[in-house]
Amino acid sequence: MNKSINISGAEAVIRCLIEEGVDLIYGYPGGAIMPIYDELYKFQDKLNHVLTRHEQGATHAAQGYSRVSGKVGVVTATSGPGATNLVTGIADAQIDSTPMVCITGQVASHLLGSDAFQETDIIGISTPVTKWNCQITKAVDIPKVLAKAFYIAKSGRPGPVLIDITKDAQFEMMDFHYEKCYSVRSYIPTPKYSINDIEKAVKLIDSSKKPLIVWGQGVILGNAENEFKEFIEKTGIPAAWTILGLSGLPTEHPLNVGMVGMHGNYGPNVLTNECDLLIAIGMRFDDRVTGNLETYAKQAKIIHFEIDPAEINKNVDVDIAILGNVKETIPKVTNLIKKNSHKKWLNKFHTFYEIEYEKVIKDDIHPSKDGLTMGEVIREINEASDGNAIIVTDVGQHQMVACRYASFKESKSNVTSGGLGTMGFALPAALGAKMGAPEREVVAIIGDGGYQMTIQELGTIFQTGAAVKIVVLNNEYLGMVRQWQQMFFEKRYASTEMINPDFVAIAKGYYIDAKKIEKRDELKTSITNMMNSNKPYFLEVKVEKEANVFPMIPSGASVSDIRLE
Amino acid sequence: MTEKINTYTISIYTENNIGLLNRISAIFLKRHINIESLTTSQSEIENIFRFVIVVTISDSKIKRIIKQIEKQIEVIAAFSHTDKETIFLETALYKVKSKSLFDEKHIQKIIKESQANIVTVSPNYFVIEKTGWREETEKLYDSLEPYGLLQFVRSGRISVSKEAMNISNILGLNTDK
Repeated sequence: MNKSINISGAEAVIRCLIEEGVDLIYGYPGGAIMPIYDELYKFQDKLNHVLTRHEQGATHAAQGYSRVSGKVGVVTATSGPGATNLVTGIADAQIDSTPMVCITGQVASHLLGSDAFQETDIIGISTPVTKWNCQITKAVDIPKVLAKAFYIAKSGRPGPVLIDITKDAQFEMMDFHYEKCYSVRSYIPTPKYSINDIEKAVKLIDSSKKPLIVWGQGVILGNAENEFKEFIEKTGIPAAWTILGLSGLPTEHPLNVGMVGMHGNYGPNVLTNECDLLIAIGMRFDDRVTGNLETYAKQAKIIHFEIDPAEINKNVDVDIAILGNVKETIPKVTNLIKKNSHKKWLNKFHTFYEIEYEKVIKDDIHPSKDGLTMGEVIREINEASDGNAIIVTDVGQHQMVACRYASFKESKSNVTSGGLGTMGFALPAALGAKMGAPEREVVAIIGDGGYQMTIQELGTIFQTGAAVKIVVLNNEYLGMVRQWQQMFFEKRYASTEMINPDFVAIAKGYYIDAKKIEKRDELKTSITNMMNSNKPYFLEVKVEKEANVFPMIPSGASVSDIRLE
Repeated sequence: MTEKINTYTISIYTENNIGLLNRISAIFLKRHINIESLTTSQSEIENIFRFVIVVTISDSKIKRIIKQIEKQIEVIAAFSHTDKETIFLETALYKVKSKSLFDEKHIQKIIKESQANIVTVSPNYFVIEKTGWREETEKLYDSLEPYGLLQFVRSGRISVSKEAMNISNILGLNTDK
């Protein structure tokens, strides 16, 4: 154990972060967190602080960083508005299980409850959207609480934690020594599976004729990509992904049959209602995945591999639940299972793919009409990057198209806001992703709507020089909402058309190289030029104004009623 | 298709932590579930607190709620029981004008028959206490009401389960590490 040293609470915070291996923070200073920023100044050789242009940007950058690196994202902000600006990012991290520690300054403890300047009850506000939160009013509590914060954020099902530290606790002197946290007595991060359930699952899998796997982010968060691959290769079971599971298995893997859910692929959606066994791995049966629950996989037995007991039988009742980290549980099943293949059943997915290709995909990625499509832009990016890029998406039509068509060779390469659907996510998340994986190409694909929600982060990208490639697919609409208005509200386009500024001028205003294209013959070279740049680069692509994303499961419909047009 | 609903007593053992009440009540708020009564107190184990919450919801909902409660970091364990599975009581206090005690002989009979206790008597008012089931405290309320109640208050439900909850075991297991 280290001998303790007498330091301020603020310095203790910095030393805790260094002890936890943190070398990068996103944040924004302000009155109530100034003592901590003063220490950041002194420790800048060990801790890089990135000044975002808005606190929401700091949270999404930390998320992007965490999603590609597997590390805990760290955010600092001041009290009051600084803290409330974090809430969207925290809620996003909570629903998408991203480990994040947010540290907020708070007014001095003697002022708590007095409606002091920039006082807000951030503990109360953040409670429903954090895995854990805690207010510190005494410097002496800082090491223990921060150690616990990091342990909780990254263990079990990861999530965001918020620690609120009053200004007097930052100034107060204390004897510092740090011990990492390895357990909390009221918290079981990884519940135990039962051997009995493993054996039952093995029996079911061995005897099934038409099994289907749906995997989610649990495979990626558990670092279980290899274990997962061995499992599907031994059993020969077709595997489909949820949007957050994307990149957990290479796109070109012969057993990868595409995406499930609202804008997923035709085959896996329809065949969900035909399989005799559904094996859900690290996913949570979100309503965008299941469509109408009354008609979801009713014919199938269901096995659910899951780390969070609260997800078992939450939306879909399952026959066997295998609790625990999939990295540990999947091999238990793989070891006991018979080698198998399901060629005929797999062919069925291929047949559905051919139908989808003819009716949807061909015109998306190799269009014959004049207007540029989002799909062909993604195809060109695939070709230019050879499937090696990290793709960061925002929310809306471009997100669905990018996730459908982007190809991946490596895991942790898809960064998107899945559960919360946070517009404005992509630009700051791409910055974080580039800083989390500096050796990799990071391409942000963003709609013209979401781009303008956090466009100010161009300033952060310029200041850090992070070589993020930004592609805005501009259809001058809030496209997904417009699509719904067209399909379900008789084309009443209420407040979805956007009169946009000169995006190129804005990027150039931030000294970022920028280009705008409107024609197909400029596409390939523009994307190649963008990818070849070793600096941040902005490319605006004017795409068809009123294109729709298909296939689509209309909300409330069954997965097997997915529409191709 | 409406599911059958039931009254459940939820017992939650927790660490004593500021903000936990907020965290637990937020679980009900998020799902639009009304909390009918809520009490918190020290439990039989040192520094471990116990929440007792009464809700009327469906069987499938209660199971999911319990898991969401147990998911909170500082919750040690949560249980739900139907009325048949618990022993539960509430306490009610009734404040009545002293004058009516002397003027209306009937009140003395009511107190006697309902096995209520007189907690205090002053020249102006007296306070009656009754502990029992909801129907019993309500019956006494109805009986006293015509004579003019100055104040009435009823506690939240307190309850012990018929089956063991084994909290010490759970804690023992978790602290082994």
